[in-house]
Amino acid sequence: MKSLEDLKKMRESALKKVEMREGGKTYRIVVGMATCGIAAGARPVLNRLVEETAKNDYDCLVTQTGCIGMCTYEPIVEVYDKDGNHTTYVHVDPHRAVRILQEHVGQGHVIEKFTVEAARKAEGNV
Amino acid sequence: MPNYRTNILVCAGTGCTASRSAEICDEFEKALKEYGLENEANVVRTGCFGLCQKGPIVAIYPDNIFYAQVKPEDAAEIVAEHIYKGRVVPRLQLSDEDLNSGEKILDIEKIKFYEKQRRIALRNCGKINPEDIMEYIAMDGYLALGKVLTEMTPQEVIDEMKASGLRGRGGAGFPTGLKWQFERNSPGDEKYVICNADEGDPGAFMDRSILEGDPHAIIEGMAIMAYAVGAHLGYVYIRAEYPIAVNRLRIAIQQAHEYGLLGKNIFDTGFDFDIEIRLGAGAFVCGEETALIASIEGKRGMPTPKPPFPAVSGVWGKPTSINNVETLANVAQIMYKGADWYASMGTEKSKGTKVFALGGKIKNTGLVEIPMGTTLREIIYEIGGGCPNNKAFKAVQTGGPSGGCLTEKELDTPIDYDNLIAAGSMMGSGGMIVLDEDNCMVDVAKFYMEFICDESCGKCSPCRIGTKRLLEMLTDITEGKGTLEMLDEMEDLCHEIQDTALCGLGQTAPNPILSTLKSFRDEYLAHIIDKKCPAGVCKALLTYEIDPDRCRKCSLCARNCPVGCISGTPGKVPYVIDSTKCIKCGACMSNCRFNAVIRK
Repeated sequence: MKSLEDLKKMRESALKKVEMREGGKTYRIVVGMATCGIAAGARPVLNRLVEETAKNDYDCLVTQTGCIGMCTYEPIVEVYDKDGNHTTYVHVDPHRAVRILQEHVGQGHVIEKFTVEAARKAEGNV
Repeated sequence: MPNYRTNILVCAGTGCTASRSAEICDEFEKALKEYGLENEANVVRTGCFGLCQKGPIVAIYPDNIFYAQVKPEDAAEIVAEHIYKGRVVPRLQLSDEDLNSGEKILDIEKIKFYEKQRRIALRNCGKINPEDIMEYIAMDGYLALGKVLTEMTPQEVIDEMKASGLRGRGGAGFPTGLKWQFERNSPGDEKYVICNADEGDPGAFMDRSILEGDPHAIIEGMAIMAYAVGAHLGYVYIRAEYPIAVNRLRIAIQQAHEYGLLGKNIFDTGFDFDIEIRLGAGAFVCGEETALIASIEGKRGMPTPKPPFPAVSGVWGKPTSINNVETLANVAQIMYKGADWYASMGTEKSKGTKVFALGGKIKNTGLVEIPMGTTLREIIYEIGGGCPNNKAFKAVQTGGPSGGCLTEKELDTPIDYDNLIAAGSMMGSGGMIVLDEDNCMVDVAKFYMEFICDESCGKCSPCRIGTKRLLEMLTDITEGKGTLEMLDEMEDLCHEIQDTALCGLGQTAPNPILSTLKSFRDEYLAHIIDKKCPAGVCKALLTYEIDPDRCRKCSLCARNCPVGCISGTPGKVPYVIDSTKCIKCGACMSNCRFNAVIRK
């Protein structure tokens, strides 16, 4: 390392590794990782979320939780914003996961058709 | 580098290592492999979380879940449940016992133990892997050094340090900026800096924790100090009894070299600085700066009269600044965030925060860092959780063997250097031992005097002979051979030692006696006049008796008596203790199921 600039650059790349211990992100993405979620394919979803977040510097933190009781809708991904609002996305696959990051986290638009409300409406289960 | 989604932080400080935290790490890594999660979750060996009472602590981020008193065999369950399935393991989760609600803690910042704290010197302890320089850099590490070297003159650094109001955290509280100024003003090209890591007060372990949890902060602090005073070589004088700290410091120094943060031409500014480690053999007196310097030079660790002060003639006869570990841990933060930020915390004459090691009769043993001006009551009751087992608080000993005991009526004193001295104790390095109704104050004074007698280097007679005489008198008092004249004699001798001893060790050695004499004279009198120890500690003054009405003649006491001094007949004759043979071990009392054994 030769200059203060080198150090600052190094800091940027090192930050990713530890910043999740600090919190302070705009969004918190929670993946249901109970037996039901894992069986329905939550693991590749979680892994894709982590990879994409790191790659594109999305302003979010990816974590996991247990079963929330809607096992038929797994894999479930919930997105919490700073004000505590949350959106529940259902039947998420790695492809949908990427779109959630791009549109919801990246641009602040909720993708209505992936939400639990939309899924229940489609089933006539309102 | 894999993008880990979860970090498992395991405390690898000395306390938790003693509770098998190294094995816990291995078990976690094994379990993660079994579940194929080794690229998803990362095990980080980190420094002390401060909540040693509940150790070993395991923190799971980003979930912010803390597990307490984890055993190696619990690792597999945490991985199977929490890491794999996302289900918290409630059995192991930290509960907020301070609130006595037994509530599980979701956010560690909200636990009472941490709520009142402001962690600056301990900011990275328990958060980063101390053996990885990149994690320190991620936490703004070495940015302060970069700023100082590229943007500030040495005098500006010293002025900033003076403005911050930082005072030496080793105990005496000398203003750090002023110390640096003295060395800077001393003539000569060859100057040195020293980090005093010879932590020796019984019960204090903040310096060890900082070196174990955040060693780069000390390297950065020393480099800034060296730049300010004009030194190019620094020594860390650390006791050999801190092997984990020594090892992590060695790794940190090596990494700093690899990244060009130590060595020649740092940040291309032409500033050269290097650090060498010197191991101390654990003599308490070597924490005294002139004795420490003698020890570094390979001489016997004994103090010399001051002046000359080390800032004029220190190691190898050259100007030297010596700062304590905790002081240095604040330096980089002050330079990075500014003196105003630091001076905004604390009281008028004591700025910033101070780390205390809570110990003794207190629920939450551990390390706490609080802003100056916090009251003793807040530390002991709100952070520490008060005395366990509903025992009554009696006193708190601060400042180690140089300090004194403060009582209930001093609990609302805002803590700072001057207030503690005015109250008859001192800050010292920050050991805080809580005493309850079961502690005998004469015995406490005797404990510290024994320590001082062991540790006195013997160079000056007030300390060598005087403390020995004090210990003899204290021993007589605890054995019921004390006289009232002894109290006056002790007091006179204490003042004489304070006035005439060569170094700080001897000058402050009488403090534990003087402060207990002042606040607990009645206990001394009970030992001398009534020949009783009110707390039931001093064995020679105790007698054990069996109440014949309560005795159920079960023979349990007699069977447990190690010297066979209890006689009776099972089911027929009540048991009796022969007090001439009794060694007052208390085995009969703890074994009796009917409370028939009475201690007087």
